[in-house]
Amino acid sequence: MILKPGTPAPAFTLNSTPDQTVSLADFRGQPLILAFYPADWSPVCGDQVTLYNEILPQFRQHNAALIGISVDGAWCHQAFAAARRLHFPLLADFEPKGAMAKNYGAYRPKEGVCERALFVIDHQGTIHWSYLSPIGVNPGADGILEALESLPASARTA
Amino acid sequence: MATGQSRASRLVLPVSERDHIQGPPDAPLALVEYGDYECPYCGLAHPIVKDVRRRLGRRLRFAFRHFPLAEMHPHALRAAEAAEAAGAQDKFWEMHGLLYQNQQALDDPDLLSYAAALSLDVPRFVSELADRTWEARVREDFMTGVRSGVNGTPTFFVNGIRHDGPWDADSLIEALSVVAPVHA
Repeated sequence: MILKPGTPAPAFTLNSTPDQTVSLADFRGQPLILAFYPADWSPVCGDQVTLYNEILPQFRQHNAALIGISVDGAWCHQAFAAARRLHFPLLADFEPKGAMAKNYGAYRPKEGVCERALFVIDHQGTIHWSYLSPIGVNPGADGILEALESLPASARTA
Repeated sequence: MATGQSRASRLVLPVSERDHIQGPPDAPLALVEYGDYECPYCGLAHPIVKDVRRRLGRRLRFAFRHFPLAEMHPHALRAAEAAEAAGAQDKFWEMHGLLYQNQQALDDPDLLSYAAALSLDVPRFVSELADRTWEARVREDFMTGVRSGVNGTPTFFVNGIRHDGPWDADSLIEALSVVAPVHA
């Protein structure tokens, strides 16, 4: 069961590249979108992260930051992000495997991958919206945009 | 409640006169594709849509909207604008077909050669591309797609509901008949 709105977002610090880390606290004061997804290199055009990469300007209109999370390692993320020309960080929930996803209720122990789960965290670190998609269905971005629009205006300004 | 376990994504902008439509505007079945001219999967979908249209005949209206994944496909936005520029000269579908038949050749000189092949007013076509006359229209298509839950290309909407299953012709025809059975 993924974490529900109103829950404080569990803290995390994970590698975004082999030598850089990203923490929840880095985003205090602005909305943060977390997109958990099963794996890098899904073989379709416009997979989830590719789609969100195109929609980044719309997210930024709400002063929101976006990060993707999967259990792939930082080197894998680096190659994937370069190949897809991604302009947002991918976090490696790699060791201990799936620890962040488990804290958010977004881990599939049987397959050993993250769920397709989305969270919008407000400027104070509280989960404002969450959504669990069927694993095979890319959820798109409409739910994220609606969630950002439903944040109070004070939560969107830095 | 803000947490949803599943949500049917719906077309937020119904098909209307703003759209490029094939088939009778009042046909009982509606298929909408959000596509990208540089996307190989959309290229595969092109003959499939033709087949669906042929098999359903006048029971189906088909509308195409632009969803250029411009970060991944550097020619996609320009090609979409070229289709709109051709559309301004009543040759949208002809250009649409040429673009999908020539997905590997979408540079500006290629686009001009297609305009010439379609006997368009080429100077007008060139100036509309140069002025980015159709960029806003293409971006409007893109944003209606985002707000409707488009999640990649191609994304189909069957009678207004996002189609998440396979999109071979049989599957699309089956979905069209299930989502809104034909009462005739």
